[in-house]
Amino acid sequence: MDTVIHTNKLTKRFGNFIAANEITFDVYRGEIFGFLGANGAGKTTAMRMLCGLSKPSSGTATIAGFDIYKQTEEIKKNIGYMSQKFSLYEDLTVLENIRFFGGIYGLSDKQLKEKSAQLLGTLGMVSEAKKMVSSLPLGWKQKLSFSVAILHEPKIVFLDEPTGGVDPVTRRQFWDLIYEAADSGITVFVTTHYMDEAEYCNRISMMVDGEIKALDTPAKLKQEYAVTSMDEVFYELARGAKRRE
Amino acid sequence: MMDNISTFIKKEFLHVFRDRKTLLMLFGLPIVQIILFGFALTNEITNAKIVVCDYAKDDASQQIIGKLQASQQFDIQRILLSHKQIETAFKDGEIKMAVVFPANFNSDLLHQHKAQVQLITDASDPNTATAISGYANQIVMDYQNELMPLQRVPYQIDTEVRMIYNPELKAAVNFVPGVMSLILLLVCVLMTSVAIVKEKETGTMEVLLVSPFSPFLIIVSKAVPYLALSLINLTIILLLSVFVLGMPINGSILLLYAVSTLFIITALSLGLLISNRTASQQSAMLISLMGMLVPSILFTGFMFPLENMPYPLQLVSHIIPAKWYYIIVKSVMVKGLGFSAIWKETLVLLTMTILLLVVNIKTFKIRLT
Amino acid sequence: MRTLKFLLQKEFKQIFRNRALLPLLFVVPIMQLLILPLAADYEVKNINITIVDHDHSSYSHKLISKITASGYFKLANYGIGFNEAFDDIEKDRADLILEIPQGFERNLIREDGVAGQTDGEQLYVAVNAINGVKANLGSAYLNRIIADYNVDVRMEWAQMPRFNLFPTIEIASSNWFNPTMNYRFYMVPGILALLVTMIGAYMCALNIVKEKEVGTIEQINVTPIKKHQFILGKLLPFWFIGIVVFTVGLFGVGWLVYGIIPLGNLFLLYTYLGVYLIAVLGLGLLISTYTETQQQAMSIAFFFMMVFILMSGLFTPIDGMPKWAYVITQFSPVTYFIEVMRMIVLKGSEFVNIKIHFLIMMGFAVLLNGWAIYNYKKTN
Repeated sequence: MDTVIHTNKLTKRFGNFIAANEITFDVYRGEIFGFLGANGAGKTTAMRMLCGLSKPSSGTATIAGFDIYKQTEEIKKNIGYMSQKFSLYEDLTVLENIRFFGGIYGLSDKQLKEKSAQLLGTLGMVSEAKKMVSSLPLGWKQKLSFSVAILHEPKIVFLDEPTGGVDPVTRRQFWDLIYEAADSGITVFVTTHYMDEAEYCNRISMMVDGEIKALDTPAKLKQEYAVTSMDEVFYELARGAKRRE
Repeated sequence: MMDNISTFIKKEFLHVFRDRKTLLMLFGLPIVQIILFGFALTNEITNAKIVVCDYAKDDASQQIIGKLQASQQFDIQRILLSHKQIETAFKDGEIKMAVVFPANFNSDLLHQHKAQVQLITDASDPNTATAISGYANQIVMDYQNELMPLQRVPYQIDTEVRMIYNPELKAAVNFVPGVMSLILLLVCVLMTSVAIVKEKETGTMEVLLVSPFSPFLIIVSKAVPYLALSLINLTIILLLSVFVLGMPINGSILLLYAVSTLFIITALSLGLLISNRTASQQSAMLISLMGMLVPSILFTGFMFPLENMPYPLQLVSHIIPAKWYYIIVKSVMVKGLGFSAIWKETLVLLTMTILLLVVNIKTFKIRLT
Repeated sequence: MRTLKFLLQKEFKQIFRNRALLPLLFVVPIMQLLILPLAADYEVKNINITIVDHDHSSYSHKLISKITASGYFKLANYGIGFNEAFDDIEKDRADLILEIPQGFERNLIREDGVAGQTDGEQLYVAVNAINGVKANLGSAYLNRIIADYNVDVRMEWAQMPRFNLFPTIEIASSNWFNPTMNYRFYMVPGILALLVTMIGAYMCALNIVKEKEVGTIEQINVTPIKKHQFILGKLLPFWFIGIVVFTVGLFGVGWLVYGIIPLGNLFLLYTYLGVYLIAVLGLGLLISTYTETQQQAMSIAFFFMMVFILMSGLFTPIDGMPKWAYVITQFSPVTYFIEVMRMIVLKGSEFVNIKIHFLIMMGFAVLLNGWAIYNYKKTN
């Protein structure tokens, strides 16, 4: 199996505060990898390092085969990202956003045309193509954001709490999109604190107080802790946590 | 109820005072302005760069050149050999005037009792040109008078000139009241409107509106920190003016503060009004700046004299609150006059304030329904 | 390059869609350019003078008519005592008082007379000196009128042989570049320069900080967009807008309304403008790298603008400033641009005259933008 993310003792310090402490794990191609943890546990810090947004204090890592210190530009070309604070341009139309981000990632005009039509069809937004993003309901914005993040067919897509604030039906639809992406070979690295979503992942890791305290498939974890839901696994692990928001 | 309001106000204070960068600018601005206006900005002509083209090269021309060089107003950059160089000298930028002495200057003066000196000024700046040529005139005349020192020139009118209120012609006296108006206006209108609109933008405003307080009180509590800030600023400006610039406060300080507080409230009401009407911080800022601040700089009368403006613009200046405040400050601070001298202007300000507050309350109510 | 194209498309779309911003970018500067020069008139006219005449002689009357006929003064009051006249000054009804003593005529036309010398009386002028410019010019004008009047009086009595022995120097004045002494010619180019500067620095700084505040900048940081591409994408739209506003201002307002015809080479002017805009936008960019909120960016930008504007030489001459202040003016790009504007537009200066200005401005452009680029780190 291809390793798309490999980290070894990745650490991030802010002064005396160790936000992420010697994170070591691998993620394989086509996986849906859930990155869980309580607020303040260090998830976002870790993910920002993997995306090339933040320089690690120590440790090594390769993303899509590229070194996290020396090859951040290459990493960026091969990943997609959907931030927590929604990041499409509200004052541009749906189509304009698609074209912009696609163009930035190097898609040719022809590709842009094809892919935008495809994307709009899949999302059922053909009639919304020329509408301002600000006028869309939240669920649609998020689906659009995800689709734009994978428009250039990156090796890995990083999703930071992508389903915050939407109803269960929309959430389900969103995860359908994630499955599709994974099926087509895109590795999905998603952070969330909806424990039911943890069930949808191939493997998950749990961060507590800046460290990875568990890393396995949901089934095995439930077995290990002798519980029936991921909620309870989380509870078991996070109970002793010192850092809480 | 009062305790709760004070919690609100306390929170607003925290917001404002935690933003170090903005705060630095807010306090830095008056300090810098005072220093600049007090020490650097002056309308006096000193060290004006000039050139001399001396074809005469005789006693008389040398003496006059010496006088020019010795004077504080002039700084002779070069002695030119031909007047063809004058145009280049001007075009190069710095030279403001050229003095040309024709050949035989001295002999003409002594034997024919008449000689000519040419003064060529760069009139692209007309005022400086006038002032400079005036000074040069004076120096030449002084020389002329020195030629016959013992005999009195008959039919001579002497004038004694006394400068009142500001004998040293300090620019500060004119500018400090203007700076006061500006700073207060800036803090109250610009900062307040942007701060309130920011809450609207981020959505926290809705949270506040749902609380049990009257929305108007909420808005007012937002303005309170800026009132405090302005009073502090005012004090800083006054302290600086008195101790650093040596500018006296000739009138009642109490009156000064009272009127200033009135003006601050006027400005705050304006800021509130703007924040009511705009949805984004950018707009609030631009409207405050372009629509409010710049006209105030123009029409207050401290940078540009109001009497020079075309009549319609003078009418416009009547609705600028800063203009009335400026007059009041000058009367109280510089001329040392009392309330009886400024009651008219104060009334105008009061009326404006009341009007603004009424409009504010009305538009707010409409918003809610 | 393609990336840049996409960036620029997005930027322009966002700017032109911003309903609130657009009029402020274009309409307001033009309006200000129309109004400001009308208002910003430092030319001193209509000075109010109150004359207290104790002499009531034909000579004092002649002097008074000369003063009122000069066009510089408006007679505020006449025929009252000095205390009332002082009240005029207190109430701002008059800017100056001229007091003509009793015996003025008698003393003046006495044969050896210097009017006022004997009795210690002389013409007495009191000036409200709060406004230094007005005070200076007002008293200068009055002195000049009195001196002219003095010459008139002498001419009248010039048949006296003694008079011819006195050498007189005639001063021939000529005013170059602005013979009509039109103050607007002086102000308009300067004000235009200021407006363009404000648009450049402010709007650019706010634009970037807004992305920071909203969060879209994080998305940009994750993409392969390079630092310099992002910066160019932010800078270029405002560069174009600056040039457009300048053009409309110079020709639309300067030429059509005020009749200012640039004397010098337009290509030279625009080239300098181009470099200047890059420098000023660089300043805006720099500010944006140090601030997180629009409020902060605005405060800092305003602070710098204030200092630059005041020290630019637009309102007060640079020559008279103390050394330390002079140094500050040399560090402000605005100073140079206003100078160049006036030099090219009013005096027709050529490249050789502004070589140094060019070099300095390019230095500013490189320094400010370089610093901004260095600061803007995607990875931290």
